[in-house]
This record gives sequence, C-alpha cells and structure tokens, in this order.
Amino acid sequence: MTDSKYFTTTKKGEIFELKAELNSDKKEKKKEAVKKVIASMTVGKDVSALFPDVVNCMQTDNLELKKLVYLYLMNYAKSQPDMAIMAVNTFVKDCEDSNPLIRALAVRTMGCIRVDKITEYLCEPLRKCLKDEDPYVRKTAAVCVAKLHDINAQLVEDQGFLDLLRDLLSDSNPMVVANAVAAISEIMDASPNAASALEMNSVTINKLLTALNECTEWGQVFILDSISNYTPKDDREAQSICERVTPRLAHANAAVVLSAVKVVMKLMEMLDTSGDYVTSLVKKLAPPLVTLLSAEPEIQYVALRNINLIVQKRSDILKNEMKVFFVKYNDPIYVKLEKLDIMIRLTSQSNIAQVLAELKEYATEVDVDFVRKSVRAIGRCAIKVEPAAERCVSTLLDLIQTKVNYVVQEAIVVIKDIFRKYPNKYESIIATLCENLDTLDEPEARASMIWIIGEYAERIDNADELLESFLEGFQDENTQVQLQLLTAIVKLFLKRPTDTQELVQQVLSLSTQDSDNPDLRDRGYIYWRLLSTDPAAAKEVVLAEKPLISEETDLIEPTLLDELICHISSLASVYHKPPNAFVEGRGGQRRVLPVKSQSEGTTEEPAAPAPVSQPAPQPTVIPGADSLIGDLLDIDLGPGPSMMQQQMYPAQQAAPIQPAGNTGGMDIFGEGLDNLLGGGSSGGDMLGGLGDIFGMPQSQSYIPPQEVWLPATKGKGLEITGTFARKSNQINMELTFTNKAMQPMSGFAIQFNKNSFGLMPAQVLNIRTPLPPNQSASTSLPLNTTGPVQKMEPLTLLQIAIKNNIDVFYMSTQVSLHVLFTEDGEMDKKVFLKTWKDIPAQNEVQYTINNVQHNADTVSQKLRNNNIFTIAKRNVEGQDMLYQSLKLTNGIWVLAELKIQPSNPSFVLSLKARAVDVYEAIKTVYENILHN
Amino acid sequence: MSASAVYILDMKGKVLICRNYRGDIDMSVIDKFMPMVMDMEDEGQMSPIVQHGDVAFIYIKYNNLYLVASSKKNANVALVFSFLHKLVQIFLEYFKELEEESIRDNFVLIYELLDEVMDFGFPQTTDSKILQEYITQDGHKLEIAPRPPMAVTNAVSWRSEGLKYRKNEVFLDVIESVNLLVSANGNVLRSEIVGAIKMRVYLSGMPELRLGLNDKVLFESTGRGKSKSVDLEDVKFHQCVRLSRFENDRTISFVPPDGEFELMSYRLNTHVKPLIWVESVIERHAHSRVEYMIKAKSQFKRRSTANNVEIVIPVPPDADSPKFKTTVGSCKYAPEMNAVLWTIKSFPGGKEYLMRAHFGLPSVENEDQEGRPPISIKFEIPYFTVSGIQVRYLKIIEKSGYQALPWVRYITQNGDYQLRTS
Repeated sequence: MTDSKYFTTTKKGEIFELKAELNSDKKEKKKEAVKKVIASMTVGKDVSALFPDVVNCMQTDNLELKKLVYLYLMNYAKSQPDMAIMAVNTFVKDCEDSNPLIRALAVRTMGCIRVDKITEYLCEPLRKCLKDEDPYVRKTAAVCVAKLHDINAQLVEDQGFLDLLRDLLSDSNPMVVANAVAAISEIMDASPNAASALEMNSVTINKLLTALNECTEWGQVFILDSISNYTPKDDREAQSICERVTPRLAHANAAVVLSAVKVVMKLMEMLDTSGDYVTSLVKKLAPPLVTLLSAEPEIQYVALRNINLIVQKRSDILKNEMKVFFVKYNDPIYVKLEKLDIMIRLTSQSNIAQVLAELKEYATEVDVDFVRKSVRAIGRCAIKVEPAAERCVSTLLDLIQTKVNYVVQEAIVVIKDIFRKYPNKYESIIATLCENLDTLDEPEARASMIWIIGEYAERIDNADELLESFLEGFQDENTQVQLQLLTAIVKLFLKRPTDTQELVQQVLSLSTQDSDNPDLRDRGYIYWRLLSTDPAAAKEVVLAEKPLISEETDLIEPTLLDELICHISSLASVYHKPPNAFVEGRGGQRRVLPVKSQSEGTTEEPAAPAPVSQPAPQPTVIPGADSLIGDLLDIDLGPGPSMMQQQMYPAQQAAPIQPAGNTGGMDIFGEGLDNLLGGGSSGGDMLGGLGDIFGMPQSQSYIPPQEVWLPATKGKGLEITGTFARKSNQINMELTFTNKAMQPMSGFAIQFNKNSFGLMPAQVLNIRTPLPPNQSASTSLPLNTTGPVQKMEPLTLLQIAIKNNIDVFYMSTQVSLHVLFTEDGEMDKKVFLKTWKDIPAQNEVQYTINNVQHNADTVSQKLRNNNIFTIAKRNVEGQDMLYQSLKLTNGIWVLAELKIQPSNPSFVLSLKARAVDVYEAIKTVYENILHN
Repeated sequence: MSASAVYILDMKGKVLICRNYRGDIDMSVIDKFMPMVMDMEDEGQMSPIVQHGDVAFIYIKYNNLYLVASSKKNANVALVFSFLHKLVQIFLEYFKELEEESIRDNFVLIYELLDEVMDFGFPQTTDSKILQEYITQDGHKLEIAPRPPMAVTNAVSWRSEGLKYRKNEVFLDVIESVNLLVSANGNVLRSEIVGAIKMRVYLSGMPELRLGLNDKVLFESTGRGKSKSVDLEDVKFHQCVRLSRFENDRTISFVPPDGEFELMSYRLNTHVKPLIWVESVIERHAHSRVEYMIKAKSQFKRRSTANNVEIVIPVPPDADSPKFKTTVGSCKYAPEMNAVLWTIKSFPGGKEYLMRAHFGLPSVENEDQEGRPPISIKFEIPYFTVSGIQVRYLKIIEKSGYQALPWVRYITQNGDYQLRTS
C-alpha cells in the first residue's frame, strides 16, 4: 500500500471533513487525517486553516505522527504566529523526553520556526540540549545555535551561546565537533562581533584536525572549510596542517577532496616555493584532481572550473596531464567547453601537435558553440606557441575550405589576431579570405575582415572596391563594423591617397553627419581634423605600430585569482566572481591568501614599489571581448594622448564642417566632468558640504581634498586623484580614475607596498569597467591595517601600484594620519595624568598653530569628530587648556595639550608620546582640522 | 554556506516535494527555475548551476526528475552536488527506483528522510543502511519507539554493533574498467584503468580488516621492489578506511560496513594494447547507400576470454534496409540508438572477426548536420585484471576470534570505451 491514496481527496467540504477527522478519538484516524493534510500541503493547497486542529495532535507518543505535525508547524507557524505559541509547551516538554530522537527532533524543529515569540522560549531547552548526554542531541543543538543566531543574533550573543558552542569544539564526539564547526563558520560569516569571539587559534585547529579523521564525509568538509579560513602563525604550522590534511585527498567524496585542495593551495603560499615539501605537495595534488574528472558530470564541471583557477595560480600542477582534458563525445556541453579552456591553458610546445589534432577534430563536430570555441582555440594556439603558428594557420585554412558558415567566420576572427601577432608572415592567405567576403554576416567577423583589408590595403589590389561594397549598407551595420570600416578606409586613404579621396569623404560624412552614435561621430571628427590639418601626423597616428597582443586570454586579475583560490569548491570559484558580486548583504570579510612568513629570516625584499605578485608572465594587453573595440582602434597611446586632445579643439575652426552645436555641448560636458570629479579640490569639499547639510556624524570627520596622485602624463592617460577618509570605523581610500587616453581602460587592480601602519586594501578594487575615454569613475576602497609593516620615511608615505590593461603604474602619497585614529582613543583621566608624567620630558614637543578662527568648544568638537578626544579642560589665567588623547591603529597613544588664548588666533600644541616619530604627522593633522 | 532548500521537480518543473531548510528564501522562487533552464538550453548555454537574482539553483537530473538545491550564499557547490547525488542513492536504496510515482507513494517517508539527512543546509547522516535502522517504512509502533542508532554519531558511523552471522564470510570483487579513447586515425589518445574493489561483508561483531595489495609504493618501501607490483596513480577510499594510516605506511585498515559497499577505487594509465581493437571502413555513397566493414580483434592472452562483447556501430539516422554478414555472433539494427549492435557471446584472446553491414540512404539529404558518434564496445573478461593488481591477503580480526573466509574474484570490463570514426 502506498501513500498516494492521500492525494486523492476531491470532495468539496475537504477542509471541513479533515477538521472532523483530526479531532477524532481514534489514533489511527487522526494519523490518517494528518497525512492527508500534509499531502494537501505538498501539492500546494493552503491548509493553514487547520492549524489549531493539527497542533492538537502534537501531543502523541507516535513518532511518525509527531514528525508530521512538526513538519506542518514549520510550514505554517509564520502565517499563524499567535497560534504557534500553543505549540511551545509541547516543544519544551519534548526537549526533556527520555528518547533522544524526540529531544533532538524538538530542538531541531523549534529552531526552524522563525517566530520571535517562540524564539524566547527556545533558549532554555537549547541550553540543556547543548549539554545533553546523547551526542545525537548535542549535534542537533549545535546547528540550532546557528539557526537562532540567524533569527536573533543579539540574543545568541547575550545568552552566552557562543561560548557553549565553542566548548563543543572539544566534544568527545566527532559529529558534534563537525556540526559545531559548521555552526561557528556560519555565525562568523554573518556577524563580525561574533567572529572575534569565535576566532580559531592553533589549539582549536588542532582539535579540528583530530576530529577530521573520525567524522562523516560532510563533517570533514565543514572542518576543512573552516581550516581554510585560518591563517597559521608561521610556515612550520602551515606545513604541519598540510601534512594532516593531505590524506583527505584520497577520500571518495569529491567535496572532501576539493576542500582539502583548497586548504593545501592556500597554505602553500606560506611555504618556501623552492623547498622539497612544496614540490611533493604539488605532485600530490595532480592525481586527485584528475580523478575528479571521472565523477558525475556536474561535479566534473565544478572541478574543471576550479582547475581553471588552479592552473592559473600554479601552472606546474597539471602540466603533464593534457590528455585527461580531451573531450569525449558524450560529455555534456558545459563540460566540453570547460575542458577546451583548460586545454588551451596547458598548451605548450611539447604537446601542441596532439592538441591541434584534437582541436581540428572538435571543429568538425555539430554543436555550434563548441565548434566556434574550438576554432578560436586553434587561433590561440598559434599565438601562444610560435613554432606551431604555421600549422595552425594551415589548419584554419582547411576549415575555411569546409565553407561551414560559422566556422569560416570564427576562423577569420582569429586569423586577424594571428596577423597582429606575426606581422608580414601569413599575408599570402589574404586572397583566400577575400573569397569568403560575402558569407560573413556576423559583426565580429565582418569587423575583422575589414580590419584585415584596411591593414593590408597596399597588397590588396581591389581594397577600395571591397571596402566600398561594405559602405553601401553602412547605416545598417553594427557599431563595431562601422568603426572598423571608418578606420580601414582612412588607412586605405593614407596608403593610396590618389584614388580613394571620394571614398574617405563619403565615410567621414556618413559617420559624422548621418550617425547618432557618439563614438562613431567622435572618431569621424578626429580623423577628419587630423587629415585636414596635418596628414603627416595623421599617418603617424593611424598607421602607428600596434601594441602586442597577449598570449593568454581571459586571465583572471591576480588579486581576484588569489581571492578565488580561497573560495575553491564554492559558487564563487565556479562563477569566477568574488562572493560579494552575487551574495547579498554582509557576505563576510574578503579572503586573502596568507603571505609567506618571515620567521626564517628570509631576505627582505628592498622597499621597491609594490611588486605585483604573480607567477605567470604579465600580458601586455588582454584583448578580452569587452576591450576589443579599443584594441582595434589602432591608435597608439605612446606619445601622450592628452596632447593630442588639446590639439584637437583649436582645430575645430579649421574643420571643413562646423558642428558647432554638437561640439559645444561636448566641450561643456568634458569640463564639467573634470570639475566634478578630476578637478582637484572640489570632490572632497562637496562631500563635506553634503555631510553638513544632512548632519551625518561620520561625514563631519575631516576629509582632505583629493589630490592628483598619478598625473595622466605618467599614467599613459590614466589620471588618479585620491584622498583618505574615515567613516564609521572604517578607513577608506577615495579614488577617482579619469581616463584621458583614447581607448577604454579595464582590468584595474591595486596593491600597496609595505608601509608604516600595515595599510592594505580590504577588498578588490571595485570600479566600473571598462572606463571609456574622457570619463571618470570614483570608488571608495576600504582599507585595513593587517598588512605587512615597514617603517617608511616620511612615516606616512604610502606607495601604491595600480594596474590596468595598459600597464602597471607606481605612485606614492602621504596618508593623512587622522584616518588611523581609532574610536577608542579616549583615555581615562587618571591614566592620562599618570601617562603624561611617565613619559620623559624630552619627549615633549611644542608647535604653534597660527590663524585658527575657532573657540575652544568648536575646536574640541571638531577634533572629537576625528577621534581626538578632549579629556579635560582647564582655564588657567584666562587661557583655555585642552587635554587630549588619541590612539593609532597600531596601538600608539599620543597625548596632547592645546593652549588657547582668547583673541589670539595662534594656538600652542604640546605633544607627548613614547614614539616621537609620529609628531610631525599629528601636527599636520591638527593644522588641517583646525584650519578646515 | 550550504543549501537553503531542496526541491524535487518533475519534467515540467512542477514541485513534487520540497523542504525549506533555512527559511531565507521565498519558496516560490522555484517557479523561475524551469523557464530559465529551458532558455539556457535553447541558447546552448547549459549549466548545472543557474543563478536567478541572488538565488543560485544547483541541480542534477535523475530519470524524469530534477533535484534542485537553492542557495543564497556562497555555497560549497561540490558539497551540494555530492549531497544531491547521495540523496538519489538513499532514495534508490529505500524505494528501489526513483521516479515521480515513487515520490508520491512515499511522501511521508521522504519528508522524514529530508528532515534527517540535512539540517539548516548542512548534510548530516546520509548512510542509508544506518538511516534504515531508525527511519522505516512501516509506521512506528508505540511500544518500540526507535532510538538513534549508536552509529549515527559514532566514530564508526557506518556500522551498527551487535551484528551476528552464523557463517562469517567476505566477498571481494576486483573490477577494472578500461577507459579508452582512440582517434579516427587509430592513435590511442587516452587509455586508463579505473579499478574498484567492491566488498560484500557478512561478519559478526566489530571486525578489524586489513587488506594487502601488490602496491608498488608499499613494495618499494619494504624492499620488495622486484616483485610484480602495480603503481596506483590515485586511490580513493570508502570513509571507513583510515586515511592517515594509508598515508603513513600504505596499510589499508578498516572496520567495514555491513553488506555491500565499495571499499576503494584507483586509477592508473596503461600502455598496454587496447584489449579489444576495432578497425572500421565506412564507405558512404551519398543518396544511395552506406557500407561498413568492421574488424574486431582481441588483443589479450589466449587463455582468457571476453564475454558478452557488444560492439555498437553508429549509423546515420536516416539509414534504412539493413543487411548484415558476419562469421561470428549476431547483428541487430537498433534504430532507436541509430546504431548496429554486433554481439559476440564469447570472444577468446588472439582472435579476429569480421562483420559487414549495408544500409540504404534516402535520396533526399537530411538538412541537419550530423555528428560522428564514436564506436563503443562493451565486454567482460573474468579472472583477469589489466593492471595485474592482486589481493595478497585480507586479515580479519574480531575479538571473539572467529575464522572468516575471504573470497576474491577478478574481472575486467569496458569503461568509457570509444573509438572515433572518420
């Protein structure tokens, strides 16, 4: 007999009937009725009207019935919170039942009822269950703490549940430990307060490693994930953790394996890369990763996405395993595409022949996406492995002969890249390409073909005819194609000016007059003026040498890659996006890879500008799909684009057509933007002003105006202005990026050199990309002070490296010290007195601050807003004496005495601290704040 | 960290049963799932993970069902997928089969199981043998209210205490599957053995087992490097095996679960000749006919025999009027697979057989482009392992001191065995 009979009730008075049955005296009938109710609930009918009747059945000895009633409660308690209270008594009673199954069931269910009133009653039973004699109950209670925290975090923290949970880490039962770990990770993720209370240390980690050997596969995953969030104190500890984690690589469960890989990948960062141990670790990682490819396809997919990250981080791990990534006929498409990606990453001279044979095979398959990607892959091979380029090109030509439309188009797109990588080598095939002109219907393929024609206009006899044929349908073309056509015809004109004048006129007028696409119009005008003012310069600009294209594509930006390595086997690792890109809300702290410890006195690197740590060679340009247009623009950035821009505007008068309205508008816009974002001081002031209006406390703190840190001339067109601010306990670096170059910028990343206060970015640089030419983007980068420390001269010096798709730039600035003043810098009066006396007199320094226009009260308010606390105020002979204290993030206390004479705008500041180096910087802060 | 809810859907995306574990999502969000999967499929963007707003759907398909987990956090996807597959396995062990019908027929039990195997998105006990001890199909009677078995929280969470057998026996099956990928021009692209040691354990009490293999690493470390041994590239163990012990001295020691389970699996690359080799000559005369000449060769020792050999030869979907000629075995056209099945019951080593097939083709060409599926082969060779792996001993120690007999069986079979055609 099956349960399906419960679904077959069709009578009209169904609810009514059920009600009667639920209230029946016969136990069996009651149970049948509850089952019917649950069946209705399952098919989505609303049976909440039966709430009181179902709850009435709760007091039963029948476990099955009890479970069903509990299930009903979980589903409907939220819609009937008042009635849910009726159930509390039974829950509390069940938590004391003699049968551990029932105790656990009660505490488990109670935690799932997200009704505030019930939550209050949960605390006591939960406390008991956490200390229950039966491990089954304890493990359930551990998870319940996390549930409760999710409903009411404050309650959990106030009631001391965090300590109880922490105690469970020492439980004798491994399952209890595992669930406690899971609950702790969950809570730490959600609440920073709790995070500090639950922080792991080497003792707890040791306990976890012991439990690791004995708990279930899932428990092992919880424990490994938790260990992966822990940063060992030195390389020795890191190695010992690795040693105890590596046996997990032989577990049958893929999740255990991947979590173990995550721990090892992370801790390896702390170990000596050239050491034998790391070599042996790297050897151990490959086989389990390969084995994951025999798992279920979904798990293969997760594994492949992660392998993609792992080979970018450490290309040596799988360098000999190319064959396992060969595609099988019956692989799902998502597995095929990922395998292809990894094949390209692993391609080298030693295996190129095999890879190429495979790719050729794939290119004749039926799945369009897969075929396209395979054709593209052949092009990537050509670019990556120079000796194989010729073979790749001939393979591509073979494919073009197949005349399969999308294969031909894809091939032309990649051949364009090959031409750029190896100029003057394969142009003999242009004729073959031109044969296929008519079949190209995709914008990217058309654009590529047009680029080829323009680039090699001098070798193609009928280049003008070919381009002209494209020009006929100019208006209907995709922007990408229009831009390319414009450039190609200008190139043609510069190469063969005599017979193409008409053509160039035509295209210029089409793009400037008949188009409402601003990019196209702008480019049209640029060319027009260039050609009309100085054709020689035009030649230099338009036919300039192009920047190299990179060997690797789609490389993940290094800081993001490091973050993703910390998230191996999670959604982030599959999406290749940081968690905060798809998880709402707090999302927890950003994870960073640990750095190699200095415990063994390894030679310190010289304080050169922050090195961008990345083992893989840095590509010069990353021609991702989004920057493709810029790539094709063909204007070299070299000679300083800002100069060119200036030239442009005076040239307006000379331009053959006066587009006054248009450019006027554009001009104003440009300046406006500059003033708004890039133009020196305005940014910070505006923020301050806004803050004043709204009376927001955090914005009353002093924010220095933005300064230019990287002038566009040094940044190849990238200008960066910035300042520092402290908002609600958080140090922020306010940055404004202005693109003064002529191509979009993308791939921004930031890194700090070691500095006096251990400042480092707390997140990846979050900026809207690509940043189009002549536009600005502002961002606020949270900083923390947990980075490596090295004393700088001057103390506040901060060296910053910025990377984008063009280059890496170095700049330096001075941190305004006040952002490092902490909120807890208010010293007790007595301590202040004692400290003042304790610090020797020779440590005291006096400064005069001139021209202050505020009275004592305003001054102390202004300073307090910046975490300089006035502890006492005295009036001595008509002078106001303010005694103040402040504390730096690194724990240095500074005491100050501010002497104010009425009607005298010069204040006298005396500073006392044990570290005298900070005086200068502090004085500057006082000056800035008081003059503000 | 993990799943917010788990759903089981039918092919149309209708929810058959679901369980909300965290209460942090609107359960009706699942209505978006099926349309999104359909869209992605249409665009050729298939993926086992679908993101809708801030909810990620992580799903697998089984028979005509979708098992979907949803999450709002940065969930551990490997964990979620393993869990979903495990869930299928549990249902199979409970209900023998898993389909729409079996979900409806057992919905009470499924609710109970869903409550037990995951709590707040964290997977808990998923060993179906242990689950069956306290979650049963026939409603619980008043008198004997079940208690959580010790094993649920024990260090040995896979075996219950107090088992008794009159005859203590252990059966070991060493099964090697050969994965092969051969290119159209006859080059072996990949040749790999995936081995598994499966056990059926009928032993009383809490026995300690130790398994000895001719493992190369072990032999070299103990100075027996010259004996015939096998170099296992990657080994995966059932969770009963003490991994740290294996890492230290390569000892495989464990307390086994009761009944049937897979003790370990291993993987190694081989350079041996493919056991069964097929050469094909395909002559295609467009619009009229296609002819196949298939030569199958057994490349293992003469004293071994492959049983139930089935060679699957793909043919065009629009082929008709099949004609076959063969000396050995039988041929069958399977239009539902677009293939010819050539079956040979017994194929001794060192032999070569031939088969010819002839099909008519329609004079009107099929519009769709066809793929070129590979030829695949199924076979079984008993009493033989390609890798040469051997069970040297299986020691069984139980405190009551009984004698138990281990039985060992070897078999080699096809895994993913594909030969591409041109």
